[in-house]
Parts: sequence; C-alpha cells; structure tokens
Amino acid sequence: MSTLGIWVGALLTLGILSFLYKDNPFYKLSESIFLGISAGYWFVSLYYQSLLPKLFDNLGITKMMGASETDGALQSLFIHGRWDPNLWYLIAGALGIMMLLRLIPKAGWISRWPLAFVVGTTAGLYFTRYLASNAFSQINATLKGFVVFGQPGFFGWANLNNLILLIGVVSGLTYFYFSKEHKGIVGGAAKVGIYFLMVTFGASFGYTVMSRMSLLIGRLDFIYGAWLGLLR
Amino acid sequence: MAGPNRADFWNSMMKIDRRIIFLFIFVAISVPMFLQIQLKIPTSPEVESLVATLDKLPDGARVLVSLDYDPGSEPELQPMAETFFGYALKRKFKVIVIGLWPQGPIQAERAKPIAETQAGRQFEYGIDYVNLGYQAGNELVIQRMGSSIPQTFPVDYFGKPITEFPIMQGVTNFSNIDYVFNLSAGYPGTVEWVLFAVDRFNIVLGAGNTAVQAPQVYPYLGKQLKGILGGMKGGAEFEILTGLPGRAVKYMTGQTFAHTIIVLFIIIANIAYFTTRKKEQGGLS
Repeated sequence: MSTLGIWVGALLTLGILSFLYKDNPFYKLSESIFLGISAGYWFVSLYYQSLLPKLFDNLGITKMMGASETDGALQSLFIHGRWDPNLWYLIAGALGIMMLLRLIPKAGWISRWPLAFVVGTTAGLYFTRYLASNAFSQINATLKGFVVFGQPGFFGWANLNNLILLIGVVSGLTYFYFSKEHKGIVGGAAKVGIYFLMVTFGASFGYTVMSRMSLLIGRLDFIYGAWLGLLR
Repeated sequence: MAGPNRADFWNSMMKIDRRIIFLFIFVAISVPMFLQIQLKIPTSPEVESLVATLDKLPDGARVLVSLDYDPGSEPELQPMAETFFGYALKRKFKVIVIGLWPQGPIQAERAKPIAETQAGRQFEYGIDYVNLGYQAGNELVIQRMGSSIPQTFPVDYFGKPITEFPIMQGVTNFSNIDYVFNLSAGYPGTVEWVLFAVDRFNIVLGAGNTAVQAPQVYPYLGKQLKGILGGMKGGAEFEILTGLPGRAVKYMTGQTFAHTIIVLFIIIANIAYFTTRKKEQGGLS
C-alpha cells in the first residue's frame, strides 16, 4: 500500500473510531466517504465483473461498440447464421431492464415479473437442497447411539455428549410445540428447552464479541504497524 | 468501606460511562501488541478434525480454495488463507483458487506472497497454483461447477484461458478435486457449499468462518463439514496445528485480554445491579 493510502486509511479509521467518544464532524465525514466509495466501488465492480463479461461480451455488444474484436452471440446469429447458447442472455438482459422499470412509477408493476422469476427459481432451487441438507441430514446426524461402547470408563465423554444432544433436541422441540399448553411435564421440558436456547444465544453472542474484537485488533495493528511503524 | 460509601460505589458502577469501558478494551488490545506476550492456545476437536483431514490427503493433492469474503473480514480470515497456502506449499498441493465474492480472488493474491515468504518456497503459477477469479451467480456457480469447472471458469483471474494451465488438465468437475477449503464471511459461503456441493456432489469440505458465522455452520460439523476454523481463535489453532504460527496466534493475546476485561465488567455490572436493587427494595419496604 502506498504511503498516501496508508495515511488516508489511518485517518479514516481514526475518524470512524472517534464516534466512540461522541458524534463529531470528523466521524460524519469519514462515514460519508465510506458510504460514497462503497456505492461507487460496488457499481464499478458489478459492471466489470457481471454486466460487461456476462451480458455485453457474451451477446457481442462490446464488439458492436468497437471495444472488442471477439464475436458474440448476436454476431454468430446474424453474420454466421449460427445459434449460440449465449443468446439466452437476451432474456436475462430483458429481465434486468424490466427490473429497472421500478424507477418509473407508471411502469413499476412490470418489475414484478422478473422478481417473480427470481423468487420462483430460488424457491425451487432451495426447496430440495434445504430438505436434504438441513432436514434429513440433520435428523440423521441427531440419531446417535445412546451408549457408545469402547469409551474410557463406563460413561465416557461421547455418551455424555449424546445424552446432552438428546435432551437438547427433545426439550428444544418441546418449547416450539404450541398445540399443548406448557404445563406439567411439557412445561418442564419446555423450560429446559429455554435453557438450551439461552446457552445457544450466549455462545452466539460470545462469538460475535470475538468477531468485533478481531476487527478492532486488525485496525489497531494497521495503525501501530503500517501507519506508525511501531510494531516489528 | 463504610455502608453508605459502598452503596455509592455500586451506584457509580451502574452509571459508569461507556467510554471508560472502551478505554479499558483499547488498552487491553494495545498493550499485548507491544509486549509480545504469548499465551498457550489449546486446540479444539473441530480444528483438529480439519487438520487431520488435510493430513490424510496425499502430497500433491488437488485442492480447491474458495475465498468468499472481503477486506472487512480480513483480520479473521486472511491469517487462515495465509496458513492454508503455507500448508499447501509444504505438502506440494495443487491449489485452484476461486471466489464467490468479487474481492475473494484479490485476497488470495495478497495472502500468497506472505505464505511463500513464510514457507521459503514459491507457487509456480499454472502448475501448482491458479487463480480462476470471481464468478457472479452465488450458489449457482457451485451448482454449475458440479457439471463443469472449465465452463464455469473459462478464463483465469488475469484473463488467460484455463486450458493453457497444466494444473487444470484433467479437471472436469468436483470429482477431480480432492478437497475443498472455504473461507466464508456470510452469503454466499459455507452454508451454500454444504447445500450445493457436499450433499449433492459428495465433496470433502473444510471451512474457516468469521466468528459471527461460526455458530450457523456448527450443525454441519461431522458428516457434512470436516472441520471448522471459527474466527480468530480457530485461525490461531490452525496455525499451531500446522506448525505455521502467524498473525492469528499473535493477535490472540489481545483477544484474550479484551475478553477478560469484558467478563470482569459483566461480573461488576451484575454485582452492582443486584446490590443496588436490593437496597432499592429495602428502601421501598
């Protein structure tokens, strides 16, 4: 990274971190720069990594504009009289334009069609995958032998793990079973289920804290190391 | 400490300025960076499982690395990428890099020279390393790779046809890949690799995740996922088990100190809460 880049990165980092003290103009400036650059970066990235190679290059629009010498699907069809599978991108392009019609209030309803296409394909794609991976495979992984032989001692760690798994699954499912009032045995099991859920949320929160600390460590390492040169 | 003074202390603890806590965290993370303190890092079964799976691969195995993250997750995932490349150099693996996130392949190019310096050996581009770049399409890219990798990635990151590279000779689809390593910060990432590659094409998958995402992928551990590196801690364990200590190990001391401070403040806050509540209830009665 160039010296200028390091200075800009360090000052913007300090600008964002200054919010921890209180809101201030330096923070607002850094935030606005971040938002603006992010939007610009994503626009350019999507254009060069998706629109240009997938749509314009494949269809031959870049050749028509004189920006490329490689034939696309349109040249194949109209000049060489050959069918090119990339012509399917015409439909994708049309759906993309239909999506953009959302910006015109009177024609906004047209954007529902490509949206319906996206929702339909995604639902179809995920239905079987979720069923296989998140339902069947998970159930299969939960069905474990209650007693595992060959463990050190009669009651090894694997047995304890399997017991916790069994109690956690049954009590967790009971908590989400709403067809019977949570009283008596069902209520007790549901309460145990709540404890399991709370442990899960706690673990998840702990991981989130670790993640945020990691980001701070990364930034401080950049400031002390790359910017100030204090670290070896 | 006298009775009223003690009550004042706990009352002031209840109203502690959050900036004081920030200051403590800042000091807890900063000081270890200068003192070079090294704490013992115990390893966990999920990381041991990942390394054991890697160890079982033959030297020169063909591995696919999917870097599905951006610079925002660099402190957690970049050390894992560097260590994996270092390990691949040690074992002479053939590494094929892809990215389901646009910045993924760039992160690979940044991790590679660091791994090469550490390993004292270089990848020969096209022979034992190739970067196929990014493809738009999220999980559909994975699905399509199951049918044909050359059709999904006709050119590499630098625009050269992949048929030119010896490393890609004989690579048709996932059946020609010995192991897939995924570094993931969200969608698309490990969940999609499990759904669309593991359970459909029976690939062997190991993953490194940001700590935020790790609890989401833990249920897949076992048959669907052969090991997880969860956050910076997972990265540090990976470095220790592969014998390539790097940035994650270095960062873990600050991480531990920061966590200790947070736990201490949670304990103090709870004591303060119950002490002041008891006093308020006593006052009311």
